[in-house]
Amino acid sequence: MTARIPGREAIRKKGMVQAAKWLALRRLSQLAILQLFLLGPFAGVWIVRGSFSASMTLDFLPLTDPLTALQSLLAGHALGATALIGALIVAVFYLLVGGRAYCSWACPVNLVTDAAAWLGRRLDLKKSIGFNNTIRYWLLGFILLLAPLTGAVVWEWVNPVTILQRGLLFGIGLGWAVVAAIFLFDLLVVRRGWCGHLCPVGAFYSLPGFLSLLRVRAARRDQCTDCMDCYSVCPEPQVIRPALNGGDKGSPVILSGNCTNCGRCIDVCPQDVFQFSQRF
Amino acid sequence: MNGQHNTSGNGQPKEPARRRFLAETLTAAAGALVLAASLGLYQRSAGALPAYACRPPGALPEKQFLGACLRCGQCVRGCPYDVLHLAAPGEEIPTGTPYFVARENPCRMCEDIPCLKACPSGALNRSLATVYESSMGLAVLLDHENCLNHLGLRCDVCYRACPLIDQAITLEVQVNRRSGVHTLFIPTVHSDHCTGCGMCEYACVLDNAAIKVLPLSQARGKLGKHYRLGWEEKEKAGGSLIPEQLKLPVRRPEELP
Repeated sequence: MTARIPGREAIRKKGMVQAAKWLALRRLSQLAILQLFLLGPFAGVWIVRGSFSASMTLDFLPLTDPLTALQSLLAGHALGATALIGALIVAVFYLLVGGRAYCSWACPVNLVTDAAAWLGRRLDLKKSIGFNNTIRYWLLGFILLLAPLTGAVVWEWVNPVTILQRGLLFGIGLGWAVVAAIFLFDLLVVRRGWCGHLCPVGAFYSLPGFLSLLRVRAARRDQCTDCMDCYSVCPEPQVIRPALNGGDKGSPVILSGNCTNCGRCIDVCPQDVFQFSQRF
Repeated sequence: MNGQHNTSGNGQPKEPARRRFLAETLTAAAGALVLAASLGLYQRSAGALPAYACRPPGALPEKQFLGACLRCGQCVRGCPYDVLHLAAPGEEIPTGTPYFVARENPCRMCEDIPCLKACPSGALNRSLATVYESSMGLAVLLDHENCLNHLGLRCDVCYRACPLIDQAITLEVQVNRRSGVHTLFIPTVHSDHCTGCGMCEYACVLDNAAIKVLPLSQARGKLGKHYRLGWEEKEKAGGSLIPEQLKLPVRRPEELP
């Protein structure tokens, strides 16, 4: 029997547009954000200045990565008001749309790890080595501990996430090696290894996700045919089970903060089981 | 893991799920600790800013700067002369922090300091009143053997290029001992005015600049804490600190008056 290609049946039943809607929107969002940052330096159209770490939109909307801001505060720096307000705005935003929506809708590392996951599925690489996905929370704890111990925003020296983000906007240097390492790690060592197991930035953004308003709901879970396509494409497959297979008493809402609200399960489900909804 | 509660009386695994969970958690914690520890060590070994790199105007002292800078690059975008860069991985400068290289593109000392205004975190300190009070480094005339003015020529380019001409760099007159009849005009940097903008280093006509901007920590000497300058102490005290000076007899060889 040939391996089932996730999404094929959905394309056949729903058409290309419905079966790739959220994926297309997500790619559009990721590329649009990069374009907004680059319009200034390359075209002289200054809509957004800065990078993912901190930016200023149209000279009035500051946005700050709350994790970087928190590290700076822990390092003992009395952060400027602009940066603090920016961090607050971002935190509130992700409380509404789901913390790890940052990972799937904004962060360019997602392009790399999604490519590795896609290639892994295509090459039908056998299940990778087991790996504990709580390591990211330990890493997050340790980097937050390192900031006061060293008095510096230490994590940003090696953070692959910001190395790629900054590199695309300001020049990447040897950062390509870091990006290549993530791609190969994800492809050959641990499937979804970086974003799904190690990344402390994602771990941080998962925290507001545990409370966030916008969630994916397995609304028509009684229609599920157990084709497993959603599990195959999901970057955090463990989050689906309680909602989809949790029994009639369990909530059909995917409650885990590690659901990235990428919406790929909505795309690939031939039965239209999933939909975006609010938490309650 | 010393095996406690692993088995019940009949030798069956009692709580395999719990045991596996503990083992996995410990592995995760240990892995994360190794990664974090190596990161901490890497940061310690990476040392100070290299001598060729300067921070933007208003930058906090280096140690504080590394805790304050968010690596966002808004200062880079704010600079109208494209002077600033963000350090990429592989450079000697902490990744993502802004710097400029005076010899390639020096700070033009914009009166409105747009790079500093763009900084959201305060790593570039807003309390800097004017750009002339910034201290991005200190110019030092390093090579007295190849500097054209030291050779007796009237190059004067560093002096002319200095935005604080006659304050940060002056020409001090000396006798040209080689010719015996000419004058040397020695470019002399004054630390109380020099901002470290690097215009002098950029303008130096030598293939390798004789005058260079160095980080303050490298450019300046430092007196031991116990040193007291007699003339300053005398002024502070309002008179000599030694009440009665001993008059010692003058001893000379007998043939001299």
